[in-house]
Amino acid sequence: MKIAFSCTGTDDTARTDPRFGRCEAFAVADTETQKIVYMQNAAQSAAGGAGIAAAQQLIDAGVKGVLTGNLGPNAFRVLNEAGIKAYRIGEMSVPEALAAFMKGGLAPIGEAGRAHAGMRGGPNA
Amino acid sequence: MNVCILSGKGGTGKTTVAVNLSVLLNADYFDCDVEEPNGFLFLKPENVVSEESMVDYPVFDRQKCLLCGKCAGVCEFHALANTKQSILLFPELCHGCHACELVCKPGAITYAQRATGRIEKGEAHGNHCARGVLNVGESMAVPVIRKLLGGLPENGNCLLDCAPGTSCNVTAALKFADAAVIVTEPTAFGLHDMLLAAELLETRGIKFGVVVNKSDGKDEIIKSACAERGIPLFGRIPFSRSAAEAYSRGELLANLPEYRASFESIAQSIREAFAWN
Amino acid sequence: MELTIISGKGGTGKTTVAVALSDLIQNAVKADCDVDAPNLYLYYRGEDVEREPFSASKQAVVDETLCIDCGACESVCRFGAITGHKIDPFACEGCGACALVCPQCAITLVEQNDAQIILTQTQKGMLSRAEMAVGSEGSGKLVTLLRKNARRVKKPEEWIVADGSPGVGCPVIASITGADLVLIVTEPTLSGLEDFKRVAELCGHFNVQAAVCVNKFDINPEITETIQEYCAEHGVPVAGKIPFDEAVPRSINELKPITAYKDSAAREAVLNLWVRLQEIAKTAGDT
Repeated sequence: MKIAFSCTGTDDTARTDPRFGRCEAFAVADTETQKIVYMQNAAQSAAGGAGIAAAQQLIDAGVKGVLTGNLGPNAFRVLNEAGIKAYRIGEMSVPEALAAFMKGGLAPIGEAGRAHAGMRGGPNA
Repeated sequence: MNVCILSGKGGTGKTTVAVNLSVLLNADYFDCDVEEPNGFLFLKPENVVSEESMVDYPVFDRQKCLLCGKCAGVCEFHALANTKQSILLFPELCHGCHACELVCKPGAITYAQRATGRIEKGEAHGNHCARGVLNVGESMAVPVIRKLLGGLPENGNCLLDCAPGTSCNVTAALKFADAAVIVTEPTAFGLHDMLLAAELLETRGIKFGVVVNKSDGKDEIIKSACAERGIPLFGRIPFSRSAAEAYSRGELLANLPEYRASFESIAQSIREAFAWN
Repeated sequence: MELTIISGKGGTGKTTVAVALSDLIQNAVKADCDVDAPNLYLYYRGEDVEREPFSASKQAVVDETLCIDCGACESVCRFGAITGHKIDPFACEGCGACALVCPQCAITLVEQNDAQIILTQTQKGMLSRAEMAVGSEGSGKLVTLLRKNARRVKKPEEWIVADGSPGVGCPVIASITGADLVLIVTEPTLSGLEDFKRVAELCGHFNVQAAVCVNKFDINPEITETIQEYCAEHGVPVAGKIPFDEAVPRSINELKPITAYKDSAAREAVLNLWVRLQEIAKTAGDT
């Protein structure tokens, strides 16, 4: 299956980005082949609703799991409704993050966190 | 005639000037600063009636919806998400533009309404007053301002107390302006923000003048800037602790003998400059 | 540590307090998030080291060579932004509905140049700020970027002091979410009290640690008391009370922090405020 990591860039030097809606990019990994493909986060250019736009981008990419530092209530609601599981990941390189996921035991993000992506509506930070 | 009271900067005394002038000029008062409306504290209107201010939001007929996601794709404000299970709406982001309806082939979208604020109307000092109040947590003031100013009389004499700044909260009110007054203070801040407001008014071709609040008696920094640019000075309101105290109690400054003359002089300048009865 | 200072109502002394605290913190990175009336720059002139155009809005633009004046755009616009086929840039919300219905495809949505995002090197540290284009508005995106730039240039042990916008709208929300501490500067007036409650409610809504400073507290001891009672009821610490002091308007005129006026009672109060804020910050950090 495909999983996505919020990350800081679009090449192998990228590291995980704790934010979701306004992170630089997403690293989409195939858990079977271990291949990683990067995509720019289109939500960065959103004046508001970045968490929603980022989540939509991942839904459209067929992703089934998301790894990030924090999810605001809007992004959380979209991913949850879409049946996409979210997990909390710390700061590390993308290949390390993939290995951590494969190993298992990562904490699920069960509810919306605070932090600047977190807003109950209103143009998103 | 509708005259807008602006400030550029917050806290310069826009509302102070607007409420006192509305009494002296016998003008109806509209509080367009819907995020923080304070005018009613001073005018204390009676017989206040309240009405909700509504905005449209889309409702999805799940029977007809194909989950194609075109609605989410066309929404410039990211108010919709296609989770492939359903279409999710984020109402606080929705501008009510109906673009989603325009692209929905199966016609699955209709609209309902929700309240984002309220409009209150009353009478004070022989004039009508009205204000808009935006509900806390809502981010869009403009629909409430539009609803409020939809109630402007055809041929009335009205003072529109605007939001601070020069953003869309202000331009939404400026749409109705025949003239404007910028309220400033004799500081570098006041000057800087007065010039921003002046630029906005010049862009719209709205004639205007300046009132200096918290005046030090000379107000050089504002006087020279206005003289340089040919901007009329309508008058000044002196700075004093007693004024601050009266304001803190919600009292009309023009009722203080030492301030009456200042306000009457400003009112007269405005009448003359705008040929306003 | 990121400290954001807001006020609800304008003119309560938010910027005055922000400048004074920045002076005490020394070389704090400053972020002027009050983008509709940015005054911090007046205190901290320096050299702009970064300047980038910024866009957070779109406007509909009609290609007159293709337009056949059918009026479809005007009838579909919900914001009264179209008359004939002329678009009022101040009313247009950039929704694109007109572009969708135009039979000639004569309308496009164009990104607007809303602001310049600037990093200024001042003698007292870096300043992250924006210059708005006339008629443009602040947005969550803009304030977030200003805070992001401030974080980018901040050294690990440095503080960020953000001067927030007045009101309770989007730029304010974007200034407080994720801040370590939000200081609400209010004044004991009926107007200030109403607006203070609205902004305190906002902080609760977004779950940020708030503290309160009552400015010019002695012009109305009764309302000051009301504010303190409200704070006690809602578990918001009152971190400081600043007296009405004629040195303050003087300090604004001379563009110096109030902390530079040795005999000022307001200065004394700000020093105490700073001590209390550090205590609150420490407790908030420990939770």
